[in-house]
Amino acid sequence: MTIALETQNLEKQFGGLRVTRDLSLKIEQGARHALIGPNGAGKTTVINQLTGVLKPNSGRILLEGQDITDLPVHKRVLRGLSRTFQINQLYPDLTPLETIGLAVSERLGHGGDWWRRMGTRSDVNGEIADLLTRFHLLDVKNEQTVTLPYGKQRLLEIAVAIAAKPRVLLLDEPAAGVPESERHDILAVVGSLPRDVTVLLIEHDMDLVFSFADRISVLVSGALLTEGPPEQVARDPQVKAVYLGEEAVNV
Amino acid sequence: MSASSDVGYHAQRQARWHYGEAAFWLIVLACGFVFPSRYLIMTDILRLALFAMSLDLILGYAGIVSLGHAAFFGVGAYAAGLLALHGIINEPVLALVVAGLVAMVLGFATSFLVIRGVDLTRLMVTLGIALLLEALAERFSNITGGTDGLQGIEMQPIFGEIPFDMFGKTGFFYSLAVLFLLFLFARRVVHSPFGLSLRAIKNNPLRAAAIGIPVNRRLIAIYTLAAFYAGIAGALFTQTTAIASLDVFAFERSADLMLVLVIGGTGYLYGGLIGAVLFRMLQELFSTITPQYWQFWIGLVLVAIVLIGRQRLHRWMLYVPNLVIRQIAGRKAVVAAPESDA
Repeated sequence: MTIALETQNLEKQFGGLRVTRDLSLKIEQGARHALIGPNGAGKTTVINQLTGVLKPNSGRILLEGQDITDLPVHKRVLRGLSRTFQINQLYPDLTPLETIGLAVSERLGHGGDWWRRMGTRSDVNGEIADLLTRFHLLDVKNEQTVTLPYGKQRLLEIAVAIAAKPRVLLLDEPAAGVPESERHDILAVVGSLPRDVTVLLIEHDMDLVFSFADRISVLVSGALLTEGPPEQVARDPQVKAVYLGEEAVNV
Repeated sequence: MSASSDVGYHAQRQARWHYGEAAFWLIVLACGFVFPSRYLIMTDILRLALFAMSLDLILGYAGIVSLGHAAFFGVGAYAAGLLALHGIINEPVLALVVAGLVAMVLGFATSFLVIRGVDLTRLMVTLGIALLLEALAERFSNITGGTDGLQGIEMQPIFGEIPFDMFGKTGFFYSLAVLFLLFLFARRVVHSPFGLSLRAIKNNPLRAAAIGIPVNRRLIAIYTLAAFYAGIAGALFTQTTAIASLDVFAFERSADLMLVLVIGGTGYLYGGLIGAVLFRMLQELFSTITPQYWQFWIGLVLVAIVLIGRQRLHRWMLYVPNLVIRQIAGRKAVVAAPESDA
């Protein structure tokens, strides 16, 4: 099996605090890999290093075998590494149509076009239409993002990441804060991602993790505690100790 | 209609011309015939409008604040002055473009300083650059004429055909043509994927990078373009007034520009144009009432704008015109209040 995304001895410190400790992860091509851990375990810090928002103090990050440790954020995206954010990072003034249109344009290399009007490329328009439909955003495509209900914003957050046609997708708590009534849409979308897309899921919600992941890594205090298939991780006494009192692990 | 062409239709929604826009430009053109005794002040407004549009490109679209935009205005002004004074390029249009390009080069060079850091840093860096240039212009008085400025500039006819007249009629229509052409260009650019990516960067630079937008490169590009626009505005100043003095770099010029955009609104290109008209009219009005204290009233107006909110003011102002438009051209033609805030 080929490795889609790999970290080698990743190390990150904020002042004296080691938030990522000698972390070596291997995520297989096409995997549904979950990264779990209690609050403050440094999960989001890992994501931020993978995507280039933060630079690790040492260690390497490989995307499909190539070293991307020093690449800026936008170049990693063009190489097929895309993410969603735990807290929505959208464009409040832009519409879903514009937001997705921009992501598609950038991927196809039209993002720097300064003369041709937005909306005049049929290939881009087609993809926008597809994504809007798939993510149930067609009816709100011309509304300003800031005015959308939270669940729709969450869908848009994921749609934008998918618009980059990633080969590796990092989902940072995709269902966080979504009301129960709208959760189903999110979970369905996450579940229907094509199999050739490798997914790394950061999640608190154990139901989601155990229904979705085929492999789980447990992060505690920035270091890898254990890793394995869901059944094995669920039985692991160390993991149980970490999540003591959280009945969700009793799968 | 298929979903794809429907998307295309809606994506171009803002790029399409509205009745209100056509009306706006027709009114501006009509002013040139209706008020033949007011060419000088109207030309002044056109220059200010172009200058403000330049700031709107970086502030309203890309979210780059600047307190030193006069740097590019000044460089354009002196470049045009020197070209004409020494007879290097006699034809005004060509000289205008060259002066704009000189400012553009400066814009490109300084953009690397400006894109680093956040708002406060940017305010200080832009302010610093303008002050620096003002001091340099004063120091090298053998070139710039120092505090006396460039004197004895004689403008040759446009295209060798149309001479500048003493009433400023040529200057007005020349400035209007330049403003309109540059407006058309800017309008095209802001509705392109590039223009949209600027708005994305302004909204959320973190996400912008996360969808593959090279944030810094885009900011450098628009800053450079805005410098070109400001340089053209400065060159127009010299060409239509036949003087260039140190005050082209003055801090007040950069600060006034911010006021113009606060009045007119940012992020829809017309803010600078409408703001320039209102700003000069207020200035005129207040200085007739109280010649010494007009700045007090301008200040009061600004505070009111910020407190009441510009969107609400625009809606009030557009209320009567929209009643008329609705009768004539129907509901769709109604001029909407601009969408974004400074």
